[in-house]
Amino acid sequence: MFQAQQKLIANRYPAWKYVLLVLATVIGLIYAMPNLFGDDPAVQISPAKSVTFTSETQQQVSQVLASADLAIKSSVFENGNFLIRFENTEDQLKAKSLLKDELGRTAVVALNLAPATPDFLTALGAKPMYLGLDLRGGVHFLMDVDMDAAVGKAYMRYVDEVKGVLRTHKVRYIGADYENEKLWVKFKDVETMQAGLQVLQNEYSEDLKATASPDTASPMVELSLSAKAIADTKKFALQQNITTLRNRINELGVAEPVIQQQGDRRIVVQLPGVQDTARAKEILGATATLEFRLVEERGDARRAEETGYAPHGSKLYKFRDGTPILLQRSVIVSGENVINAQSGIDPQQGSAMVNVTLDGAGGRKMLATTKENVGNRMAVVYIENRVETIEQNGEKVKKRITTKDVINAAVIRGQFANRFQITGLDSPQEAQDLALLLRAGALAAPMEIVEERTVGPSLGQDNIDQGFMSVVVGFILVLIIMAWRYKTFGMVANLALTLNLVIIVAVLSMLQATLTLPGIAGIVLTVGMAVDANVLIFERIREELRNSSIQTAIYAGYEKAFVTIADANITTLLAAIVLFSFGTGPIKGFAITLSIGILTSMFTAILGTRAIINVMYGNKRVEKLSI
Amino acid sequence: MSETTMEKQIDFMGKRHLAMAFSVLLIIASFAGLWIKGLNFGIDFTGGTLIELSYPEAVDLNEVRTDLSKAGYDEAVAQHFGSATDVLIRIAPREGLNSAQLSNQVMDALKESTDGDITLRRVEFVGPQVGDELTEDGALAVLYALIGVLIYVALRFEWRFSLGSVAALVHDVIITLGVFAWTQTQFDLTVLAAILAVIGYSLNDTIVVFDRVRENFRTMREGEPVGVTNTAVNQMLSRTIMTSLTTLLVLLALFFLGGEIIHGFALALIVGVVVGTYSSTYIASAIAILLGVSKEDLMKAPKEGVDKEAEEAELQRLFLEQEAKREARELAANAKK
Repeated sequence: MFQAQQKLIANRYPAWKYVLLVLATVIGLIYAMPNLFGDDPAVQISPAKSVTFTSETQQQVSQVLASADLAIKSSVFENGNFLIRFENTEDQLKAKSLLKDELGRTAVVALNLAPATPDFLTALGAKPMYLGLDLRGGVHFLMDVDMDAAVGKAYMRYVDEVKGVLRTHKVRYIGADYENEKLWVKFKDVETMQAGLQVLQNEYSEDLKATASPDTASPMVELSLSAKAIADTKKFALQQNITTLRNRINELGVAEPVIQQQGDRRIVVQLPGVQDTARAKEILGATATLEFRLVEERGDARRAEETGYAPHGSKLYKFRDGTPILLQRSVIVSGENVINAQSGIDPQQGSAMVNVTLDGAGGRKMLATTKENVGNRMAVVYIENRVETIEQNGEKVKKRITTKDVINAAVIRGQFANRFQITGLDSPQEAQDLALLLRAGALAAPMEIVEERTVGPSLGQDNIDQGFMSVVVGFILVLIIMAWRYKTFGMVANLALTLNLVIIVAVLSMLQATLTLPGIAGIVLTVGMAVDANVLIFERIREELRNSSIQTAIYAGYEKAFVTIADANITTLLAAIVLFSFGTGPIKGFAITLSIGILTSMFTAILGTRAIINVMYGNKRVEKLSI
Repeated sequence: MSETTMEKQIDFMGKRHLAMAFSVLLIIASFAGLWIKGLNFGIDFTGGTLIELSYPEAVDLNEVRTDLSKAGYDEAVAQHFGSATDVLIRIAPREGLNSAQLSNQVMDALKESTDGDITLRRVEFVGPQVGDELTEDGALAVLYALIGVLIYVALRFEWRFSLGSVAALVHDVIITLGVFAWTQTQFDLTVLAAILAVIGYSLNDTIVVFDRVRENFRTMREGEPVGVTNTAVNQMLSRTIMTSLTTLLVLLALFFLGGEIIHGFALALIVGVVVGTYSSTYIASAIAILLGVSKEDLMKAPKEGVDKEAEEAELQRLFLEQEAKREARELAANAKK
């Protein structure tokens, strides 16, 4: 009976399966190939905000490069950016500083590692894998935006507005302020309160809800932001912070920064290749803004300091050295109105200074104030916000620390509008930093770095080397053991495993998914586990050989093992998906490679080996299997 | 070739009570470890700062510690990392001081007292609330993975198998955690990922055995659960050994060559694979038997009395069908020509 069957069970595959396999192999090889070519040290030049490069810039760049005698590999102008490749890192660094000097503020000059993929592969869209920060080195920050502060700021804006509205409607009020998450307006009696309530309710129907306080002893209207207004405020705060961060990071000169929203209050910042983390943190972490206020010349600052009471309409501030000064309560212009700020040297005093440019609204306010106050002093208050999490009675409490320093109080020498100078800064460095923070704009709400992961370049390279080494060694060990145990069939499985590795790399390159160290570990693990499918099949064939003919055994081995393989792999995939949805950063990388590995291994270990086995044994009289 | 190995079976299931006792012992030991020593959580979960530095030549840790305490970091922990030139410094989150600037201050302090050039290899700073979130997410991930498995196996097999496999997974996770507690190996995010991978691997193993148990229930005439399961375990034995072997080999390569950072990850998987292999053989099947899984539970398909020969015939029929179709296509193709 079995003799008759041998003729019938021929183990042949239809042609399309071979075509599919060959296609997968060819595509796999093409898209995996870019990873073999490594990187070129390069300098990337991109235009600063509101600048477009012209042919003039192009000339400028090529002149600088020509005059310095550098070993340039290639230079291209693409999508508004320059990418100049060098033969060595020395020339790369030299070129960077030269170009930075030449182009100044108009451009972001950044070091980069450009993949040295040959043109014919680039033309096919083939790119090398995208290496994560733990492999290429760099900084990862997670910034947390203080949303309470953002909402607080929104209320503060309304305080002035509410007062203005009541004044224009001629409703008298005693006072208005924002305290304990409440905006209140106090009135003399219940009648005026009713009138005020009416006015405010008409004025703010949607964003701000006005309610009368039931307490008749002190008539009061309470205003609270609607849920939608709060959500909008938060969204806006996050957006503004992202924009500001982007600007600040441009100042740092990073080739491929990642600035992304994570969740509803966090921002991820990834700066590949950044080494000076201290500077990066200073620039990202602190939120500084300026307030321009008039000095209250009539009061006695020392007395105010002793008694703790500032004269009406003024507030006590201090210089950095502790000297007290009284400033008027109303702010002329704040950091939000600042458009540009550049550091320089004051030609008269030789000290460091910052040239400030304001926007239209700021300029108008400044003009109105300075017109009437020539000869009076105007102070610049430097406000720095930090958010710190401290432990208090065993509980983690967030504390916002605001330091306000008067950094300068200078006589207004003449009326000016939107262009003026702040002089009297301690050092060029301070002027530079202040200018930088001002330029980048005021943040809507303070941010705190809640997570940092920095990997130095030496560790990154070590991680790549060690990861690569463990893949290779693990792979070879598996090849040996499979060949030893399953002879010819083992060799076929090894071929499939090799193809599997190629396809994993190709898929990772195509998706441009981030490869991390745990990701490499995922590949290693896949290599070990991928042979499981073949082990299952081969063991089943061996088992079947006891009772059936050779061709039937091959056929049955594949058919019967398939269900098992599918079941087993789906469950592993399940775990990988859970990992992916809960994991962050590197862990996601592990989940991705593991999932891709599972899927590709199903293809190569089942279809791939079967195709080869069919060619070798299918439709032939075989005496004995080498398994 | 034709000699039957059926008689040469190892009686795995006969020793299942012994194995259960052994597992209970291991679990008690693991809990003891977790209770007495606890897990050595990394900063991913506790929050804090971790700095890895590389010195040009071998460095004395006592000097580093002195420098650190001079700079005001008394509570900082310094240890060698991988080699005598690499130093790992850990600083717990401190009251009133939680600035991301910390790492730079430490670097500056150490640079001052060293002539050579120290290179910064790695800095990790995790704020306390992020640490809390990562812990929560991690616990949830393990929980969801287990629930997912429970549902999938229940749908695909039977609830007794489902419980058996989840029990085996819990068993594996607890013992892996126990090993981490007793060895005080750092437990960080990558280790958590490894534990989820262990769940995947162990389950893979369990499913393979269950699959065979189910098949045997259908094909073997004698449907006594212990015997059927034992046959399945024996049939799968060489596969189990081979797969565990290849996986362990690559993991050992990763453990010894993958670098210090990946150590905990590799260790968790090595422990997990060993325990997982054992548990899918004993715990998963034993619990399914204990819960009273029987031939009838798995005979939902109306294939009563299907035996080996019938199975063979079915395969043959399927195959002939395919061949006929193929020939028809070829004929049609030829006719066109």
